[in-house]
Amino acid sequence: MPMRRTKSSKLQTVSQMLLVLFWSCTFVWASDPKNSSVNHTNIFAPASTPAKSIADLSVFVLVITGIIFVVVFALLAYSAVKFRERPANSDREPAQVYGSTQIELAWTIIPILIVVVLYLATARVIHAIQDAPEPPGAIEVTAIGHQYWWEFRYPKFGIVTANELHIPVSDPSHPTPTFLQLLSVDTDHSFWVPELGGKTDLIPNHPNRMWMDPQRIGVFLGQCAQYCGMQHAKMLLRVSVDGPEDFAAWVRAQQTLAVEDTGAIAGRRVFESNACMNCHTVAGTAANGRFGPDLTHLMSRATIAAGAAENTHTNLRLWIEDPSAIKPGSLMPAMKLSDADLDAVVSYMETLR
Amino acid sequence: MSSNAITIPGAQIQARPWVDVLHQWLTTVDHKRLGILYILSALLFLAIGGVEALIIRIQLMHSHNNFVSPEVFNRMFTMHGTTMIFFVAMPILFGFANYLVPLMIGARDMAFPRLNAFSFWMSFLGGVLLYFSFLGGSGLYGAGNAPDVGWWAYAPLGSRAFSPGHSSDYWTLALLVSGFGSIGTAINIIATVLCMRCPGMKLSRMPLLVWLNLVMAGMVLIAITPLSAAQIMLLIDRYLGGHFFDTQAGGSAVLWMHFFWIFGHPEVYVLIIPCFAFMSEIIPVFSRKPIFGYPVMVAATVCIAFVSMSVWAHHMFTIGMNSYANSFFTLTTMAVGVPTGIKIFNWIGTMWGGKIRFKTPMLFSIGFLFQFLIAGLTGIMMAASPFDWQLSLSYFVVAHFHYVIVGGILFALFAAFYYWYPKITGRMLSERLGKWHFWLFLIGFHLTFDVMHIPGLLGMPRRIYTYEPGRGWDTLNLIISIGAFIQAIAILVFLANLVISYFKGARAGNDPWDAWTLEWSTSSPPPAYNFATVPAVASRRPLWDLKHPEDPDSRYE
Repeated sequence: MPMRRTKSSKLQTVSQMLLVLFWSCTFVWASDPKNSSVNHTNIFAPASTPAKSIADLSVFVLVITGIIFVVVFALLAYSAVKFRERPANSDREPAQVYGSTQIELAWTIIPILIVVVLYLATARVIHAIQDAPEPPGAIEVTAIGHQYWWEFRYPKFGIVTANELHIPVSDPSHPTPTFLQLLSVDTDHSFWVPELGGKTDLIPNHPNRMWMDPQRIGVFLGQCAQYCGMQHAKMLLRVSVDGPEDFAAWVRAQQTLAVEDTGAIAGRRVFESNACMNCHTVAGTAANGRFGPDLTHLMSRATIAAGAAENTHTNLRLWIEDPSAIKPGSLMPAMKLSDADLDAVVSYMETLR
Repeated sequence: MSSNAITIPGAQIQARPWVDVLHQWLTTVDHKRLGILYILSALLFLAIGGVEALIIRIQLMHSHNNFVSPEVFNRMFTMHGTTMIFFVAMPILFGFANYLVPLMIGARDMAFPRLNAFSFWMSFLGGVLLYFSFLGGSGLYGAGNAPDVGWWAYAPLGSRAFSPGHSSDYWTLALLVSGFGSIGTAINIIATVLCMRCPGMKLSRMPLLVWLNLVMAGMVLIAITPLSAAQIMLLIDRYLGGHFFDTQAGGSAVLWMHFFWIFGHPEVYVLIIPCFAFMSEIIPVFSRKPIFGYPVMVAATVCIAFVSMSVWAHHMFTIGMNSYANSFFTLTTMAVGVPTGIKIFNWIGTMWGGKIRFKTPMLFSIGFLFQFLIAGLTGIMMAASPFDWQLSLSYFVVAHFHYVIVGGILFALFAAFYYWYPKITGRMLSERLGKWHFWLFLIGFHLTFDVMHIPGLLGMPRRIYTYEPGRGWDTLNLIISIGAFIQAIAILVFLANLVISYFKGARAGNDPWDAWTLEWSTSSPPPAYNFATVPAVASRRPLWDLKHPEDPDSRYE
């Protein structure tokens, strides 16, 4: 059936051409910064120097690999179409060729040269990102991975917060980069905010370091990238890049002790007479647990449960009543509070601004 | 080169009770039967691992889906990965090696037939142990469940503190036990290739399939041993109070990563080199030309084997190695692309100027070349470690290695099935169903794994059981899941083809493809003793010499 054979090889070529087209579109689409909005993340819409140098290197590598792809694919497609069996030649074997030293040398040496170029370009970026010295004015943050939330400590400011990292925007003429020290108290985690930089793992007994100098104000989303247990999926990250005044104001607000609100005294009593205070800290009160997130300024955060829910009255109440309704596998237990106690605790939480 | 059957008294009795047949299969030490057992057990696990993949894909079809709970999802991806690597890919490739290597070198069996049987049953027992975890996993804690630590079981997730009960012990034991089987098979292949070749079969005349399986076996010895050692250390941690990986007591999580990936990266080549071997046999026969650059192909394979031993930490670019280590592993990883590229060029060189017959094995082979090219190039992208800091642990990397394992290894395996099924069963697989299988699988594959790269670029990490709406990942994941179901349908067509053709397929005869290596000189299926008289060869293509006495290969080599 020579006709069928011809048809199928043509079909194959056409379909592979379509695939090539698809791949090109994919990369073009993904690399268009317009596709990034508040909720979207995209490694090709960098907002800081490390992310930018990675994106530039990526484009360079994509171009080189793209050229290799086009050349090799063209050779493959050409030989598949040109050298297929036809009725005219079906009765004899083609010339038996065993190889060619010149051709082998050519397709050994050219790839070696390409590898050298790619390697040198890459090594430069590795060095530029990893070996960047920490300038004197840098913000220092210790990020600690927990199952399944993030603890952020600012040793210079004496601040402890959770899940929502605040860092100042960095003006290239007066850079104020943020240097993160990455630790873990339990399993491996990975800090990944695609628009601010590549990911770095948080590994117990193995402190790591990464830095970022965001040049755009806004909220950048990310999440834990290293499988860390049951709720790995809901270990989300928000990085709020603030203008210098906003950041200074945020720092001042976070440095204060918890607001004493006599209206919420009942809730505070419930909080402090249950196991809540064993795990959570409310600065200025007896609650100084460190197993769960610091709640001193809970209401300054937009989300609860490491980004799993918005920080609203309903969600907060549901979360305290039954954490597994929002995040099954969360290590926070359901405290089996009565409705009255629950309401009291929620109103206490809502005073923690 | 005679294929005349010889008569062994008693061997030709046809109708035996099924108990006898079963007994013979369970106690066989024949390399062909063991090969078939390997392949059948792998197909069984392929079906199971496939169902697990579908469960994963249904769960991820849209954001905040509740098809399965997070625990079940985590078990599914752990079991899917472990099953596909250890109980599908490795056994099925060992099965083909077992079946083909002795036939291709003109031997009557493997060097150690009993070790061969032992190795198969150890591998199979490993798979059974892994799945027994569904019943016995939690031990006294509950009704049982499968491990949920991921197929790398990164420390300290595998320690008793984070993985109580016995579920991850089944994982450990399954890998340990099947690892002994793999080591046995590797020793057997090496001994067979080195000691059992027929007269005239010099190393430089061995079919490439045999050469590549020899290299693969060498790599298994080097790669599996650190994995087995690590599993034993993990057991010591869990049951004898050791602290190798116990970070709470000063152990090292990074040590486990090194152990795992010193196994894990060579493992990728352990899987892909036998697939290169299939390509190096199938492409020449369907292009009607000898392999282009035989010595270079051998050298490139050996080179891949050596270089691939020094690339493991490219799986660990995000763990905070210093810039020198990152640069070194960037260089070695990119370097491994050179011999791999040479192989692709040589296959195209083989097709070049040939007379290509687009039978199903060749369709799958061309699919392999196309997809393996892309997989290699995305591999180069991730070799550039800063790029990898973005891509690693994201869906991009999941797409990349499925491109290697499905687009590369599985396509090559399908090519091998269509090519050697006639030899194994004596019947041809249906070309019609084969074409359906090929096109459905090709469409499903590209729908799933091409699209899967994009959510990775858009920040979607792997191993998450659900994701937030509004991240721009919903539509992409839906397309990926649809593709997965098209692939599942294609696999059903393939399985149907295997069964239907076994009963109704056209008779194959000794040499249906007009091929050149020794396995096609004996009957289909070959008799238990393979060759009535041990053949003697004078070139790399003994059957070409036989068919073209006026212009034999031996004149040019």
